Amino acid sequence: MRPSEMGYPYFPGCTLRAKARGFESSALASARVLGIHLEELPNWQCCGATFPLQVDNSFPLVSPARTLASARKMGERLVTLCSACYNVLKRTNHVMRTEADRRDKVNAFIEEGYRGDLEVVHFLEVLRDDLGFDALARSAKVPLSGLAAAPYYGCLLLRPADELAFDDPEAPHILEDFLSALGCRVVDHPYKIECCGSYVALEPGELASGPSRMVVESARARGAQVIITSCPLCQYNLDVSQQGACGRNGAGVPVIYFTQLLAIALGLPEDVLGFEGHVISPGPLLRSVGAMGSEATA
Amino acid sequence: MRTGVFVCWCGLNIGGVVDVPRVVQEISGYPGVARAVDYRYMCSDPGQQLIKDTIREERLDSVVIAACSPGMHEATFQSVAESAGVNPYRCEIANIREQCSWPHQNEPGEATRKAIELVRAAVEKVRGDEALSALSISVTRRALVIGAGIAGMQAALDIAEAGHEVVLVERLPHIGGHMAQLSETFPTLDCSQCILTPKTSEVGRHPRIRLLTNSEVESVSGYVGNFTVRIRRRATYVNWDLCTGCGLCTEKCPSKTPSAFERGLAKEPAITIAFPQAVPHKPVIRAEACRHFTSGRCGVCEKVCPVGAIDFEQQDLVLEEKVGAIVVATGYDLHPKAKVGEYGYGVYPDVIDGLEFERLNSASGPTQGEIRRPSDGKVPKEVVFIQCVGSRDQENGYPYCSKICCMYTAKHARLYKHKVPDGQPYVFYMDVRAGGKGYEEFVQQATDEGVLYLRGRVARVFQDGDKLVVFGVDTLSGKKVEIHADMVVLATAVVPASGAKELARALKMATDQYGFFSEAHPKLRPVESLTRGIYIAGCAQAPKDIPDTVTQAGSAAAKVLALFSAERLSHSPTVAAVDEELCSGCGVCVEACAYDARTLDVRRRVAVVNDVLCEGCGACAVACPNGATRQKNMARSQVLSMIDAVVG
Repeated sequence: MRPSEMGYPYFPGCTLRAKARGFESSALASARVLGIHLEELPNWQCCGATFPLQVDNSFPLVSPARTLASARKMGERLVTLCSACYNVLKRTNHVMRTEADRRDKVNAFIEEGYRGDLEVVHFLEVLRDDLGFDALARSAKVPLSGLAAAPYYGCLLLRPADELAFDDPEAPHILEDFLSALGCRVVDHPYKIECCGSYVALEPGELASGPSRMVVESARARGAQVIITSCPLCQYNLDVSQQGACGRNGAGVPVIYFTQLLAIALGLPEDVLGFEGHVISPGPLLRSVGAMGSEATA
Repeated sequence: MRTGVFVCWCGLNIGGVVDVPRVVQEISGYPGVARAVDYRYMCSDPGQQLIKDTIREERLDSVVIAACSPGMHEATFQSVAESAGVNPYRCEIANIREQCSWPHQNEPGEATRKAIELVRAAVEKVRGDEALSALSISVTRRALVIGAGIAGMQAALDIAEAGHEVVLVERLPHIGGHMAQLSETFPTLDCSQCILTPKTSEVGRHPRIRLLTNSEVESVSGYVGNFTVRIRRRATYVNWDLCTGCGLCTEKCPSKTPSAFERGLAKEPAITIAFPQAVPHKPVIRAEACRHFTSGRCGVCEKVCPVGAIDFEQQDLVLEEKVGAIVVATGYDLHPKAKVGEYGYGVYPDVIDGLEFERLNSASGPTQGEIRRPSDGKVPKEVVFIQCVGSRDQENGYPYCSKICCMYTAKHARLYKHKVPDGQPYVFYMDVRAGGKGYEEFVQQATDEGVLYLRGRVARVFQDGDKLVVFGVDTLSGKKVEIHADMVVLATAVVPASGAKELARALKMATDQYGFFSEAHPKLRPVESLTRGIYIAGCAQAPKDIPDTVTQAGSAAAKVLALFSAERLSHSPTVAAVDEELCSGCGVCVEACAYDARTLDVRRRVAVVNDVLCEGCGACAVACPNGATRQKNMARSQVLSMIDAVVG
């Protein structure tokens, strides 16, 4: 696809307008530079937040199905950034495509005739398949070869594998390929597809912070300076789990969105990064490896 | 026409649903029926006698048996009819059990009505039946065995010992199959090579076995008793008639690449004899690894060979062999590495599969039988064995049980413990399936010797420094288990050998959804395929261990010998025939035939039938646009009058 043709309906989702503002601003700025036109869906609403696991409960599909139906009127592929939105929208689309009974029920409710003939794609897939990681590598302006980055997938991008068909659920590599294209040193670590703790993190105590700390430790022990994710919940859990000793003394591992690193590599101004609110501030590290200029605040 | 109708009760199977006396009564007055009788078990000796007596008393010229499926007893009743003077092809079966009493158990009235209609239809059919005689086929008393692992060798030896010639085709340069790679065998821990080499050398020197190694079957045509097989004998680039097997060339060859026989754990020269006991003990050049072929600048083997046996110009040979029977014994492979991402198989050097462990444990293997892990040659002190990798896995593998893994894992863990007494083997298992003579005792012995069995699955294996961290669960204690191991051995699923699908296509054989060759009946005809004259042995049919494989190979050989014991074979005469007056030579029938039995005679512009290839399925008769092809004893007029008898 030529750059001039890369236009997509785009679904931001709520977190990108609240806790993860930097995720969106860095993504939109990067997309603009790369010639990818992301057109925000008008009147978008909740993605559904979690996919209903009960087969007989179709009501939670209403909101995502309405989003899908309206996106279909704008184009053939809907782009998302947040792993959770991606998971819910893609799985809802799968239901609308393959389960006639539930499709009819949901369509009757939202007064649409949507049949699942939209592709829900993650922005990473746009970069890989439409732009191409080779072209991305050529667009990168700021060398990141001094940065050791550990990819972290979590669960929502990969599973259930037969519905998402995003990457090999046991040995994924799209984030590695992305990081390599930007010139980073990729740090492989065993916890990259383990659970971050998810909503258990809302409970106090070891049960909540344990899984996240394992992930951070596994990456740090293998030399990672930064952890890269595409999920706001993972970002929050991994970041907040370091609150305390390691966070305060500057020994923490920053956890950032892949789009933030992308914006840095493309040489975009720091105001699109949105590093405010990170527990472990990424600024000092990124400045120390020459990825960011020295004077701005972060 | 004088037809006798014999209605069977089959105990309560038919008589419990269908009103048998009423069927007899209804059919008694039907046109052409001379006599109708019923009996409790028509297939019994008294039942058969009743048929014979009635034929003679009533001077019958045709019979209808209303009983079970023709698949069960058609042959029985045909021979009864024949013995009493009725042409066996004028004996028809009305299936009132499988197609009537069984499916209609809850509606006896309707079942009785249907039974009467089925019997009437059979009477109409037999009215039009011609008296036919069976076709006779010659038999070439020579067998082809495909695959020279333990299954193929055993079948070949049994057939050859009985006095018949065997062509034994093996894809690899040597015979012995996977068994040649094994170190010890369960449940007796005797050395695999020690029990195998007597067989390989016997095969190698047997006067009636024509051994074609480095060869593959390309195509098969013909039919039972008369197959023509094309075999490609791939170039070895060594003249084996001159070669003495001295091995000088393999010592001097400068190009070393990973050995398939050693499962990549050791390198071998480009000109190689895979292992010391190989039969034939002659080298082959692997062109893809040979510098002469890849760069044109070598020829060391040619220079050092004392007898001038190296022949870089050698070409593949295509041979044609005539055989009467075929045994398929193509064996198995293991589930490929790329599909086990969660255990890092193919990524971490110390995660290996069962066959790799066999090589590590083999006296002639890369470590001379010492258990040393591939990455750094250290003796591993903690080894985790994981069973059911790809087997019994509906999501990422195959739903079936690979059958041999419980036993070989117990064997591996024990052999490891014998060689590394201070080491700790762990086995993650789902169930231990140890059905077999001496098997359960063998597994018990493993636990007695200190093998720790953990009932549960492993979620993930990853490298941490020089350790492999294994995340698992012990479902008996309900605890998560984390083991920092030095080596991990995966019992990967047994899958059909590569190329089995292509061979199945060449042989027109059926396979199951996984690619294992299908037997004719899972219980009663386990070594016969659905194609007459083609038999199956060993893991080509399904995963099985050595004792079962040897048993099945012997059974396949017995079937071949039974076939060869007949002077001539008979073939059903109810085949297609062509009315040449009507045939326009359009060739639609040729397309319709699944058995290559229909061809066009181009000169005479008519279609012809090869009687012995025809299975009598009727597809061509249906396809023929102008009724020139007809099915013997299933003529259009017969079918129409049968329909009338049912609906009329």
